[in-house]
Formats: sequence, structure tokens, C-alpha cells
Amino acid sequence: MAKATLIDLTRCIGCRGCQVACKEWNERSVKQTVMTGNFTNPPDLNSECFTNIRYIEEDKGDLPVWNFIKNQCLHCKKPACASVCPVEALKKTEDGPVTYTFERCIGCRYCMLACPFYIPKYEWEKAVPWVRKCTFCSDRITSGMVPACIKVCPTNTMVYGEYDDIMKEANTRIANNPGKYVNHIYGKDEAGGTSWMYLSAVPFESLGFNMNVPNTSLPDLTWAYISKIPAVIGVVLTAGAISWAITRRNQNTDKEE
Amino acid sequence: MKSEHEIKMWTPTTVVWFLIMLAGLALIAYRLKAGLGAVTNLNDRFPWGLWIGIDVLGGVAMAAGGFLIAGAVYILNMKKYRPIVRASILNAFFGYVLAATAITLDIGVPWRIWHPIFMWQIHSIMWVVAIHVVLYTTTLATESSPMFFEKLKMEKAAGFIHKIIVPVVLFGVLLSTLHQSSLGAVYLIAPKKLSAFWYNSQFPWLFLVSAVMMGLSMVSFETILSEKFFKHKADPAILSGLARGVLVATIIYFIAKLYFLFTGPGFAAVFNGSMEAKMYLLEMIVGVVVPLLLLSVKSVRENVKAIFFVDILVIAGVLLNRLNVSIFGVYRDQAATGFSYFPTWMEFVVTLAFIAFAIIGFKVSVKFLRVFPQTEAQH
Repeated sequence: MAKATLIDLTRCIGCRGCQVACKEWNERSVKQTVMTGNFTNPPDLNSECFTNIRYIEEDKGDLPVWNFIKNQCLHCKKPACASVCPVEALKKTEDGPVTYTFERCIGCRYCMLACPFYIPKYEWEKAVPWVRKCTFCSDRITSGMVPACIKVCPTNTMVYGEYDDIMKEANTRIANNPGKYVNHIYGKDEAGGTSWMYLSAVPFESLGFNMNVPNTSLPDLTWAYISKIPAVIGVVLTAGAISWAITRRNQNTDKEE
Repeated sequence: MKSEHEIKMWTPTTVVWFLIMLAGLALIAYRLKAGLGAVTNLNDRFPWGLWIGIDVLGGVAMAAGGFLIAGAVYILNMKKYRPIVRASILNAFFGYVLAATAITLDIGVPWRIWHPIFMWQIHSIMWVVAIHVVLYTTTLATESSPMFFEKLKMEKAAGFIHKIIVPVVLFGVLLSTLHQSSLGAVYLIAPKKLSAFWYNSQFPWLFLVSAVMMGLSMVSFETILSEKFFKHKADPAILSGLARGVLVATIIYFIAKLYFLFTGPGFAAVFNGSMEAKMYLLEMIVGVVVPLLLLSVKSVRENVKAIFFVDILVIAGVLLNRLNVSIFGVYRDQAATGFSYFPTWMEFVVTLAFIAFAIIGFKVSVKFLRVFPQTEAQH
């Protein structure tokens, strides 16, 4: 059964426990970063960092107001990255995670172009590079454990469970707390639906969420072309054979060569 | 073989191309040892750059002349183009070998380039593209093999290829139709990343039509150049015929582009002053509108110098289109704080080295093989 996660951003306190737990479980190293005047560190996900907290600071009256946003792969229900992978190195598993098998990967980086959320990262500095991204702790899930970032969260920001139950929970929270949340579950429709979804008190566009994402399944756009290929083969071969037959008959009547 | 002695191998220009080729080879070795990050400016927001835009997308479009001329001669029996059929196929063969080499170097793990042949994933355009490259390069090798068999005095083998040439060429036409359009289909997955000036659902077919424009112009361009440098005489009727072909393809392309402009971003968007609008205008004026106006004049289609000028415009315009799709059209969405892309000097040198290899390879072939059979007949 497909697992899913709901991130209730109103509960996050920005402790970065998830960031540390992720790094430990996935045995990731660190990358040198520089101070940019912002608490977000590293500033973007990278090949050594599968999840981070984005800090958005607003001045409201005397007090600063903080918003904390956890970033990671959203594990689309119909992932563009997996659909474009020529060798099935990326794959949507039945449990819900989109997993990666380095042994198959040729490094074409089409997944990086295809992902509307800019999640897959590359080990540019290495001679034998991997594509890296959040695994949804698929290794933990298959042995019945909860993903590392969810396990470690001190405020239960994340709810993990079966997709249908998670969707129900998201709707219930919005319905039971009038005025608390914006009426939008980010990930319900984005890219045709994702396994990780968000609830927020603040409009998602002001939190740096990518709103330039279609609400349809992306692989369908490609399939519309690929499914026409057999017809194209038929038309080209038939047209070619017919024109060859006609021009050859004309040539025979000419008797030139 | 009289023509052998007429071509001087080591002209100053060839020496320069040869040095660029050597520099490219050194950089390729460095890329294999140190990885993509050491040689290119590619990054997590810009996974594809100059090599994909010019060497792969541009190179494959440039090679379209091979299937067009082979199809015209062997399928449609247009005898007029027989003198240039070998040159066109050989050029296409070089184009595909180069595009295949470029993609091999561009992927992160080059020694796994064979994976798609055994690991099928039919939902991936990249897989479709990979299979086409393999099959079509083999087809082009078969189509150009008689030249080598003749040189090696293997008359039987050459005769065998001659017997099966029609189905082989038809297979090549089929593969090219699919491959040229598939390269456009690569971008179907990125509807929001690629600017609406270029993105639309029928985008793959636009790639096919522009490849026809590019392919015919390349053949014409090379015919005129080789006439000058290799001193063979091409029938002027061939050049006007090619120009007519370019005209027809450009008319279809222009109408389609207008249709997608009106149904997409709208006509007014062209003048909104954005970077995308300017690049779109440049591409359309240079590669489509001016060639269309010029070629519609009959005297232009009969003037070799004018045809040569239009060829250059179309080639530049279609190359610009491939760059717009692969870099400029996705730039706004991909750029972010700390992420931009401009190729390194090494990316430029490797790209130039590929062109150098094609020029030198073609020159060597003309010197030692019967690429222009008609020349022989005249001596």
C-alpha cells in the first residue's frame, strides 16, 4: 500500500532535527556554505543534503514572525523523473517512494530537467557521479520503520500513513480549524498529486513554494507523443513503399538506366 | 583516381582545425578523468548546456540532409540529386557519430552508454532517442559502406548493399522522422519550464520540419563549399531544387509557428521586450522570415551566391532555435539565487573540436573515397 506524509507547517519550530536525522541515516557528508544573511543552511538542497528547512522572516509590528518550511522530494504519484529515465534507474515503488538505482543510471540528467520541483541533484564534482535525492527512507519503510525525519520530529509536524488516511487527515484539519489554514493542500493536485503534502497558515506562494507547476500528470504529456509512434511507423513505411513503387514504374517506362 | 591529387591535405585552415581537434581531445580526456563539474559550468538548476543544445540537438538537425537526399534519390527516384547523395549520406554519418560521441561525453557515466539497449523503458523519450541513435547510425554506416567497399576492392559486398539499398533507405527515412521529432518531444515533460514561445503540444513536429529546413540548407551549403574547395562541378539545377525544398519546408514551418504563436502566448507577446521575446524574434527573422522572403523570388533560387547566403541564414536560425529551446527558453525558470549558466571556454573548445573533426573527416573522405562520383565521370 502506498504511504504518504502530511507536513503541517503550522507545527514546525525550525529545529532542523529532521535535517540532522536525514544526514545521519543516509550517511551524507557536508558542503561548505557561506553566510547569506538568511538562516536557511544549506541555501538549497544538494547532493549531500536531501532535506532542509527554509527560514522566512517577516517583520510584523515589533516582533519578527518566522515561517519554517521543510523541503524534500515530494514523491509524485506519477513522477516525471521516473517516466523520463531511459533505464529505469528512478522508479516509483508500490510503497510510495521514488527510488534510485545507481547501477542502472547513465547520468543523462533528464530527471533533473523533468522534475517540476527541481529535486534531483547531481554529484558534479565527482568522476563517477550519482543522482541524489530524498529516498523517503524506502529502506526503513520496507523494514516497517518510519522515515528518519518523521521519527525525529519533536513537534509531530509530519503525519505518516496510508495515502487515503493522510488525505482524510488533511481535509479534517482544514475543516475542524476554520481560519487556521489556507484552503489549499499543496501536493493534492500539483504535478498530478504527490505523496508528500503540505498544510499552511500562510499562502504557499509567499513561502517560496513553486506555484509554476501544472496540476496534471506530466508523464501523460510525453505519452501522448510516444503512443503515436506505431501510427507514424505505419504511415511512413506505407507512403515510402507506395512512392517507391510508383516512381520505379515510371523509371521502367523511361528505360533510362 | 585523379581527384586524389587535386586536394591538398594540409592547408593552413586545415592545420588550424586539426589543432582545435587536438585541444578538444585533450579536454575530453580531462573530462573523463575529472568529471563534468571540472570542465563545464553545468549545475543543479542547469543540468543541460551547450553540448546538448549545439552538439546533440543542433548536430542531429544538421544531419537531416542524409535521409532527405537518400529518400529523394532511392525512394522518389529523383535522379537529379544522385551526384550529391553520397556526400549527403556521408555528412549525416559524421553528424550522427559526432552527436553520439557528444551525448556519450555529456552523460555522467559514459561507459554505460549501452544501458538503454538492454534496459528498456518505453515511457522515456530519452530511451526512444537512444535507440534511434543506435539504429540510425548503423543505417547510415550501411548506406555509406559502398564507398569503403569500392576503395577496398570488395565488389561483392558493394553489390550486396546496392541490392538492399531501397529498404535500408526507407528504414533510414522512418528512423529520422521519429528521431528528429523525438528530440523535440524531450521537452514535452517541461511545460512550465520551457517558455510558451517554444512550448506547445505539437512541438515535436516543429522539430521535424525545422530539421528538414536545416538538412536541405546544409546539403546546399556543403555542395557549394565543396564545389569551391574540391573543384567538382555541381549541376546548378541541384542547388535551385534544394532551395525550392527549403522554401516549401519554411512556408510550412512559418505557418505552424504563427499558429502556435496566436494560440499560445499571443502575437503581442513578441513585443513585450523580454529576453525570450527578443530571442524568439531573432530566431524567426534570421531563420524563417528573411529566408522565406528571399527564396520566394525566383532569381534568388537561381543565384548560387544568394542561395549560399540564405543557407547560412537558415542554418543559423535553426541552430538558434535549438539553443533557445535548450538554454534561453528554460533560463527564466531554471535560474535561481546562486544559479546561472554560461558555458566554460572548455565547453566551447570541445564543441568547436567536434566541428573540426567533421570538416577534417569529410575532407579525408573526399580525398580517398569516391564521394562525388560525378567528378570521376567528367575526367
